Amino acid sequence: MSEKLKIGLYWAASCGGCEIAVLEIKEKILDVAAACDILFWPVALDFKYKDVEAMPDKHMDVVLFNGAIRTSEQEHLAKLLRQKCKVLVAYGSCASEGCIPGLANLYSRQSILDRVFKETPSTDNPNGTMPQLKVKVDEGELCLPEFYERVDTLAQTVDVDYFVPGCPPVADQTWAALEAIVSGKLPPKGSIVGAGEKTVCDDCERKREEKKIKKFYRPWEIIADNEKCFLEQGIICAGPATRDGCGTPCIKGNMPCRGCYGPPPEVVDQGAKLLSALGSIVDSTDPDEIQRVVGEIVDPVGYCYRFGLPNSMLRRAKVG
Amino acid sequence: MDSANFEPRIVGFLCRWCSYTGADLAGTSRMKYPPNLVPIRVMCSGRVDPTFVIKALKEGADGVLIAGCHPGDCHYTSGNFRTLGRYTLLQIMLEQLGVEKGRVKLEWVSASEGDKWARVVKEITEEVRKLGALNWDGVVEQTKQEVAECADEKVKI
Repeated sequence: MSEKLKIGLYWAASCGGCEIAVLEIKEKILDVAAACDILFWPVALDFKYKDVEAMPDKHMDVVLFNGAIRTSEQEHLAKLLRQKCKVLVAYGSCASEGCIPGLANLYSRQSILDRVFKETPSTDNPNGTMPQLKVKVDEGELCLPEFYERVDTLAQTVDVDYFVPGCPPVADQTWAALEAIVSGKLPPKGSIVGAGEKTVCDDCERKREEKKIKKFYRPWEIIADNEKCFLEQGIICAGPATRDGCGTPCIKGNMPCRGCYGPPPEVVDQGAKLLSALGSIVDSTDPDEIQRVVGEIVDPVGYCYRFGLPNSMLRRAKVG
Repeated sequence: MDSANFEPRIVGFLCRWCSYTGADLAGTSRMKYPPNLVPIRVMCSGRVDPTFVIKALKEGADGVLIAGCHPGDCHYTSGNFRTLGRYTLLQIMLEQLGVEKGRVKLEWVSASEGDKWARVVKEITEEVRKLGALNWDGVVEQTKQEVAECADEKVKI
């Protein structure tokens, strides 16, 4: 009998949605369980870090790592798991390109800590207590991981073999990736698996004419026509600057693409490309009007780099 | 770097029809202006992808100048209107990312405006000189705190 594939799953700076996305393959999880032994999966099973440390190097065949690297604990586990597995997969948008946790790169470490522990309206912290790395209590010394100045992607921290984009990756693509792993039909190292080679627009079934608009709308300001291209209605859609492969579930649900599958092939910086698309569709030859319409877009960084600030060219904001 | 000796590095993207010709005129007319700008000729200011600007800033430029035909004069009819839209949005975005407004500029310079070209280069050079070096690598590296000796096995609960 051939040996079962040994797999591990870990979550770092993420929301937990990727863990649920793994289960979204439904009954096929039984196929995974039949083909694999799960050796590490903190969210579902009670393993300890010391169990991983006790493994010989390259003991696990595959580790699906979701979440970005924000703390010293996450960095430690990323390095440890890299050492203990043969194939490390950056699973989901956070691990691949930073995602929503990566938007913290717009702020300094200090301003985040101040905001959370001192300034929010619901904070009640009269003594100004801040998290410490070590604290002595009667039972001994307690430690917390260090909170880094910046959010990094997994590939900026350790060597990554494959990337599965998406926030979260859709079930079909998760299955495609797992199947490739289980069957041993692996693409070249560094490949993005479980996604397409074009843009979301190539996959979108909406009617497209000419993109010429007089005003940008936020989704709640307008009832969207469910057959017409979002950008032609003035609703910001990240489709032109986003890799396809998701099957456009958001667009089919009459919501514009947010860009979670990351930049399409050959594009280095998703945000710059989306910005380029948005800036050029105003229907006007009056410089003042162009500036006014484009200037009404609230929070361009939030729109353009919603899922990829740490993986973008600038990586973070210059603060302080 | 010592601010007195700081020489800004500025990348210029010049439209082939108006601004590059204007810069040529400034040269052939022997007008004097600072040598801090490296001109790159593009077919139209509308060809300047925001990626180019961001790449320049990331790779060591302290400022970027985009120069094209005046509105209405574009050789391709509407390229410079697209430039204006992209530039306006890029300015807002770069400000969110902490890049000061004066570092990236858009100017209309026609083929006959050699004097304006010289003035525009002088202005951006002085403005960026005041702002100082951008040094984006330093911004990215301003990062990891010293990791406490707090690896997991030492956590006692």
